[in-house]
Amino acid sequence: MTALPQATEKKLGLVIDLDTCVGCHACVTACKGWNDQGYGAPLSDQNPYGADPSGTFLNRVHSYSVQPEAGPAQTINFPRSCLHCEDAPCVTVCPTGASYKRAEDGIVLVNEDACIGCGLCSWACPYGAREMDQAAGVMKKCTLCVDRIYNETLPEEDREPACVRTCPTGARHFGDFADPDSKVSRLTAERGGYALMPEMGTKPVNRYLPPRKKDAPQEASLLAPLLDIKATGFAGWLDKVLGKIG
Amino acid sequence: MNPAPSVIVFTVLSGMGFGFLAMLGFGLAGGAGGLAFAAWALGYGLAVAGLVASTFHLGNPQRALLAFTQWRTSWLSREAWAAVVTLLLLAPQALSDWLGLGWGRGFGLLGGAMCLVTVGCTAMIYAQIKAVPRWNHWIVPVQFLVAAGAGGLVLAKGGLWGAVASALLAGVLALGWRIGDRRFAQVGARLETATGLGAVGRVSVFELPHTGGNYLMREMIHIVGRRHALRLRQIAFAMVGPVPVLALLALPPLLAVPVAALCHLGGMLAARWLFFAEAEHVVGLYYGQRGAAVAG
Ligand code: SF4
Ligand code: SF4
Ligand code: SF4
Repeated sequence: MTALPQATEKKLGLVIDLDTCVGCHACVTACKGWNDQGYGAPLSDQNPYGADPSGTFLNRVHSYSVQPEAGPAQTINFPRSCLHCEDAPCVTVCPTGASYKRAEDGIVLVNEDACIGCGLCSWACPYGAREMDQAAGVMKKCTLCVDRIYNETLPEEDREPACVRTCPTGARHFGDFADPDSKVSRLTAERGGYALMPEMGTKPVNRYLPPRKKDAPQEASLLAPLLDIKATGFAGWLDKVLGKIG
Repeated sequence: MNPAPSVIVFTVLSGMGFGFLAMLGFGLAGGAGGLAFAAWALGYGLAVAGLVASTFHLGNPQRALLAFTQWRTSWLSREAWAAVVTLLLLAPQALSDWLGLGWGRGFGLLGGAMCLVTVGCTAMIYAQIKAVPRWNHWIVPVQFLVAAGAGGLVLAKGGLWGAVASALLAGVLALGWRIGDRRFAQVGARLETATGLGAVGRVSVFELPHTGGNYLMREMIHIVGRRHALRLRQIAFAMVGPVPVLALLALPPLLAVPVAALCHLGGMLAARWLFFAEAEHVVGLYYGQRGAAVAG
């Protein structure tokens, strides 16, 4: 049913730290690797070795240049995947009931056996989190790795999303936002985590942590520390005398 | 948004078809006997051709019947129901008109009203989408309804009625362009809000996430040149408004109706192409692709 649940018991989602993300695309590859072989239709590629390659991905990493009022511009890498919105417009538009939000944990999923591939849900998502698989003709989206996080055949440390598990800088965190003591809730509170495009009224669950303020360089010259040695003793006396004469 | 031919043809043909069927249902045209048969066949033909065209863009059309299940929440599902109910309701009226069975106009009036409901549902599929600010406005259902009504009236009655409706349609289209050109700015989505990085400074795209194209860019990001768009607007305006008005008022009725109807169809195809091509999805912000078609 494409009616949204009134409330969900848990609110599972991701925290993405824009301060630590180095834009290595490891999460993109890990996501594609995991979701290529488990849940639903594999993520197909079209013309992968040809002149015009393209393919289905559930997670993409953008890079932005941000120019503060003072100082040099900063490069900020920006992973973009489904935010598992509380008021998910992608779910309510679906005519077949293929798109749904789970009442127990808030994960937004697609039942591919019921998807007619009309694409309307991808239009309704403001964040570009849904991509139609060109080979299977069904809608693909981040599953929050639902086939890992509850999977008891995996070792305990692997029961988190592939992108979180693989991130070499620990820029992605997984947890329950409904629990105020969870890691993701605490990180959000401590670091001022925010939602994307609140003006769209989707109430995303995922949060982004803003980049920390960069240190301002102390001196203009790289040699500054060397030039600033205070002379003492005889050299100090000479320095003073020469300073007075000059 | 990608102006996919199947969707453009679907919305234009079915809009005109349901508009014409509404007029037949209301008993504003059609006559009796063979003439009635031809008129009803044309109406059904247009509406059904449109519905068939709409299945061409589905990834898995064999499961299309599932689209009837979610009418409580989905406008697409409501549209499917409304279309089928309308076509069924009008069938007895068509039979009665054709064979002179004298069953009154009950089915026709009800079915005619349902024609408008169907067109309204089609329009709401687009108007509900907040992520496309140009569509997310009451002017969209108004445009769809007036377009269907004008198409129906031109075909069914021609003459003064058709002329007035055509002039109204041209006005509504022009109003829609005026409102639409301001919508994106009104909604307030910017790269700064899309990334939340506005607090740090002014944001611009440094590198794209992929070097090739993808579904999002093909489906949601379509850039039209401003001059190109302006010319098409002028063509669409002339072909749905002034040209049919002149034809309906100046030509002999037998010639006027087909000429005006064909002009209306051509103008609506251009207008509908613009409806998609000029509609910017907010996801374009992430790709730094915003605003080819923002007129002042
Ligand atoms: S991010 Fe997009 S696909 Fe994911 S729940 Fe929100 S609206 Fe739906
Ligand atoms: S593409 Fe599939 S999941 Fe999306 S709205 Fe259409 S039927 Fe539903
Ligand atoms: S949670 Fe899983 S499906 Fe979602 S972006 Fe991460 S790896 Fe991909």
